[in-house]
Amino acid sequence: MSEPVLKTESLHKSFGSLEVTRSVSIELPRGARHALIGPNGAGKTTLINLITGQLTPDSGRILLDGADITATPVAARVHRGLTRTFQINTLFPDLTPIEAVTMAVCEREGKASQFWRPLTAHAEAIGEAFEILTRLRLGDDAMRTTRHLPYGKQRLLEMALALATKPKVLLLDEPAAGVPKDESAMLFSVIAALPEDMTILFIEHDMSIVFTFATRIVVLVSGGVLLEDEPDVVRSDPRVREVYLGQAHG
Amino acid sequence: MLNARTAADPHAWLRRQARWSPWEVVFWLATIIPFYFFPTYLTLASQVAVTALFAISVDLVLGYAGIITLGHAMFFGLGAYFAGLLTKTGWGEPLSGLVLAGLFAALIGFLVSFIIVRVQHLALLMITLGLGLLTAELANSLGWLTGGTDGLQGVDVWPIFSRFEFDLWGYTAYAYALIVLFIGVVASQRIVHSSFGLSLRGVRENLTRMPAIGSPYRRHLQIAYTISAGLAGIAGAVLTQTTETVSLDSLSFQRSADVVVMLILGGTGRLYGAILGAAIFMIARDQLSGMNPQYWYFWIGVLLMVVVLVVPNGILGGLSRLVRGRGT
Ligand SMILES: Nc1ncnc2c1ncn2[C@@H]1O[C@H](COP(=O)(O)OP(=O)(O)OP(=O)(O)O)[C@@H](O)[C@H]1O
Ligand SMILES: [Mg+2]
Repeated sequence: MSEPVLKTESLHKSFGSLEVTRSVSIELPRGARHALIGPNGAGKTTLINLITGQLTPDSGRILLDGADITATPVAARVHRGLTRTFQINTLFPDLTPIEAVTMAVCEREGKASQFWRPLTAHAEAIGEAFEILTRLRLGDDAMRTTRHLPYGKQRLLEMALALATKPKVLLLDEPAAGVPKDESAMLFSVIAALPEDMTILFIEHDMSIVFTFATRIVVLVSGGVLLEDEPDVVRSDPRVREVYLGQAHG
Repeated sequence: MLNARTAADPHAWLRRQARWSPWEVVFWLATIIPFYFFPTYLTLASQVAVTALFAISVDLVLGYAGIITLGHAMFFGLGAYFAGLLTKTGWGEPLSGLVLAGLFAALIGFLVSFIIVRVQHLALLMITLGLGLLTAELANSLGWLTGGTDGLQGVDVWPIFSRFEFDLWGYTAYAYALIVLFIGVVASQRIVHSSFGLSLRGVRENLTRMPAIGSPYRRHLQIAYTISAGLAGIAGAVLTQTTETVSLDSLSFQRSADVVVMLILGGTGRLYGAILGAAIFMIARDQLSGMNPQYWYFWIGVLLMVVVLVVPNGILGGLSRLVRGRGT
């Protein structure tokens, strides 16, 4: 097998006396479709925060394409192709989707410091932003103010912003959180249609979705990796049934 | 596949956002009125124009980038003193003086920006406040240079293009201040409607998300702060050149606080709100302090509360909602 695109080496993180991440070592090969599951408070979001740099680990290393990025700032990680979405919408309420996504494209291209060139002169960036929005079925809403969009569309915009950075590795923190079941299926069909060589790790509580889209599952319990394996193995593992499936989803 | 309504073109929509509205044309035509109908108010009119430019400089950081500041008079005053001191070295040419004063204020703004972008909220407020007070105190104690509480006297500004003398009635002064304001507005609009301006709004709207889309947002903020300081310095220089004196008042905390009040009144993040706020504030001060010199701020207080409670987006924000409310 080839070198993993993303790798963590025994990450540790505590908040005071609370150990939220315990010796987490995971590997994502190119094109992975990994699910990260675990009960509420298991430390899934924290792990993503560590990998993308919102939080700094107490110890351990993070490697992207073999390079140590443990001390690299968030924005620089994004420029290297490591992007995440947020469990709780982290959007720009007063901007329209076309503005927000165009901004993300301009940031990626390093054009966002050009204060004397009209935005409309960046026609390619605008075109690309609109193409992303259309692909995520937000074309009709591209020019509506974000705060007025229905929640489900805001979830899609959350993902559109991440895609605008052209990620090599995409970490999705409960992309369908709070979305009704029919809409979440739509959301995941969008995820399924992403380029094959994009490396994806997603957090999701709905097991039917996990088993449909994930080729491999990482089970996180109390901050530590309980198990990492293929869906069938995870499904039949008694420990998983006990601590996670049995407890949270009957 | 797409019907006519939904097939809207994003390029055209974005171009529309940056387009001049008829209101703006009407506004600029109206600025000529004082020349003909209120010649006795020309001095006030130039002060409004200077203050409006200062308010716009603050709007760039406060309204667009969301940087709270209670010390921006620092840059206004630095520009004012620089322009005044420059004439005392024997160089009284106004246009180059204006540019140099702006560059000087921008340079100081750039240096200060390294601290500014590292703090937020209350700490930011305190830092801007502290720097403002520090600069004012410094100017006060350097009496040999600044004239201290007496102000800087003997500022001698040459005629513009060696032709237009600054006259006693203030015709040249108002024309000059107005033209500089106009250029300031056009330049600010260009900045606001650039990809950079969009990223500034992004910072204001959600600071957490900016790094997550790969934005070096601190650098953006530094650029914005530098530009804003330069613009404030230019406003200060215009005041010096049109009044041929500089007082410590140009650096005062009062000026820093007043400009924020003006922005809240007129509406932040829309440039013209800054102009409207400055006009209302300055005209109200002129009229009310004529009636009751001690208590005029009482009415500003009342107005401020009414605006904040009734039209939280400022008077211009409220007006634009009224106008648009009929459309969609
Ligand atoms: N900044 C913080 N300070 C203190 N404690 C925190 C912080 N962030 C998270 N925690 C705690 O760490 C634990 C793990 O939180 P985390 O958000 O990573 O869980 P999660 O697996 O994403 O849960 P969920 O499924 O509810 O999203 C929780 O007990 C939470 O209260
Ligand atoms: Mg979470």
